[in-house]
Amino acid sequence: MAPVLTVKDLSVRFALHDSVVTAVNNLNFTLEAGETLAVVGESGSGKSQAFLALMGLLAKNGSVSGQALLGDVDLLALSKTELNQYRGRDVAMIFQDPMTSLNPALRLKQQLAEVLVLHKGQDQKQAETSAIAMLERVGIPEPAKRANAYPHQLSGGMRQRVMIAMALLCQPKILIADEPTTALDVTVQAQMLDLFKTLTDDFGTSLVLITHDLGVVAGVADRMMVMYGGRPVEKGTVDDLFYDPRHPYTLGLLHSTPHIAKRAERLDPIQGMPPSLENLPKGCSFHPRCAFAFDRCLAERPALTALDNGREKACFHEGPMRYGKVA
Amino acid sequence: MNQTPVNLLEIRNVKKTFSISGGGFLSRPLTLTALEDINFTIRKGETLGIVGESGSGKSTLGRCILQLLTPDQGQVLWLGQDLTKLPAEEMRKRRQDLQIIFQDPLASLNPRMTVGEIIADPLRTLRPELNKEQRRERVLKTMAAVGLLPEMINRYPHEFSGGQAQRIGIARALVTEPKLIVCDEPVSALDVSIQAQILNLLAELKDAFGLTLIFISHNLSVVRHVSDRILVLYLGRIVELATGDEIYLDPRHPYTRALLTAVPIPDPRLARLRTIDGLKGEIPSPINPPSGCTFRTRCRFAEAQCAEQRPPLETLESGRLVACLRWREIEAAEPIAGTV
Repeated sequence: MAPVLTVKDLSVRFALHDSVVTAVNNLNFTLEAGETLAVVGESGSGKSQAFLALMGLLAKNGSVSGQALLGDVDLLALSKTELNQYRGRDVAMIFQDPMTSLNPALRLKQQLAEVLVLHKGQDQKQAETSAIAMLERVGIPEPAKRANAYPHQLSGGMRQRVMIAMALLCQPKILIADEPTTALDVTVQAQMLDLFKTLTDDFGTSLVLITHDLGVVAGVADRMMVMYGGRPVEKGTVDDLFYDPRHPYTLGLLHSTPHIAKRAERLDPIQGMPPSLENLPKGCSFHPRCAFAFDRCLAERPALTALDNGREKACFHEGPMRYGKVA
Repeated sequence: MNQTPVNLLEIRNVKKTFSISGGGFLSRPLTLTALEDINFTIRKGETLGIVGESGSGKSTLGRCILQLLTPDQGQVLWLGQDLTKLPAEEMRKRRQDLQIIFQDPLASLNPRMTVGEIIADPLRTLRPELNKEQRRERVLKTMAAVGLLPEMINRYPHEFSGGQAQRIGIARALVTEPKLIVCDEPVSALDVSIQAQILNLLAELKDAFGLTLIFISHNLSVVRHVSDRILVLYLGRIVELATGDEIYLDPRHPYTRALLTAVPIPDPRLARLRTIDGLKGEIPSPINPPSGCTFRTRCRFAEAQCAEQRPPLETLESGRLVACLRWREIEAAEPIAGTV
């Protein structure tokens, strides 16, 4: 089956007062129908900007190049008005902080219904009924009563459910979730992740989960893409990358993540800090923090190359990686 | 260490309430009970983790221990001396023993002071006998201990990344040579790789300086990683206190059990295998907490008695604490076997 989304050579640049920084550099990936793709990286990896660009939501000083094919429509070539037909209907996005994404002055049913009136041409009454049904679907108790509430009257977890309900109203092909559970308590996070799984199964929606939390990735994603300094450094199935990482950065992230099932012992963190995009290291941008770097990594940037099982990595190192105290 | 553990701190019957606006112009103020019936001890040299969801009172507890907030009732005994009764001047002297590290490293540093001034600041008030040279010497020694280079001493906070800024915050806490540091979500705002560096640094400093740490976090994996014992709070009350292994391998309180199954684990096969104990809903409002056991509204084991009777905090074998009327029945009915 053809992928739902094919992204080709996506680059995102920001004009600063005296220079231009490249936040995303030649990103290529596909998203299959019904799959969950995790996009993992630290601050400045470009993981959020890449998807904000797809949605036409870049800051004013940002510009984008490349292609993002939704079927045979290139989202990046559309005008704002044309893009509005697709945003919310075919591709929806939710964010970390639901309060800033909801209109504080509108009742929930008003803002939810608006989506259906606009995209599906339903009348107000019909739209409100569908909105209430969707609120129930995402696990909001007493949905008919809650639909009359204003966003501030809900808890953080409830607001995030409302965001998800709103995003799913038109049964989009793609749902992009940017750190959707980062602000939530762990019990509520578990409920949300569970909801994502049910919804992708029931609606066949493809989910892009942008996160820094490998625990969240392990629970819900099928494939993952690890980004560093604006470029993908490793791609593959979740199992391949967790149990047999081939890029030193992926390995480092795994060793930096505390595991509830493990006794207190020292972690083996990656040394140093994520690079500034204004001043990316030459060669492989990870080399100053990499335990396996050699001459070539300082001079030349490794391209993303295909390995077995559909996985890819951008690294010159071959063979096994012995990391810190863990072999 | 085979000696009997020395209790550095003893928290007895601590209660803390806040008065908040009732909402309307003429409404009466409401009382929010942030902490109630808090009883536990902190042993010298241990790391005590405090976990709980938003609104559980974990930060309030940290602040009550340090007397940054005054408890409404109860005692905070520091080596037998009640800090809540200490005159301000005496308490000020104690502060060099009791320090804190905050969550947002940049927001907790004065942007107009240099790194050297920030780190030296506690010494000015708490160790006035030191002269400028002695202060500088201590600042440099502390900077070295937390991994800051000496040439950074004249720089300003905005020149630092989050991880470096947190090192400055740690140095400021460490410079008075404290015995106890309360770490309030010290790594929550940091990137994964930096978070691990700071966790390791805290562990090294604890060993090097013989510190006792109170580590407050909503992240159970992080707490499990750093703590000797873990205190679980729910709606301002202790529901369980036990060693990290006991909490993880043999949790007694239904809330702890549910919490453990909700923690994301970075292992896809394990993650797929396990079933999440679906805790329904969210933490209730502390303004109007449920009667009896405050957890009963989300507990799948709750019975009529749980609404009538407040479960006492029971001391069990090995000194672990649990507050649940039914934990024995629950354990018999559903033994823990690799739930996580």
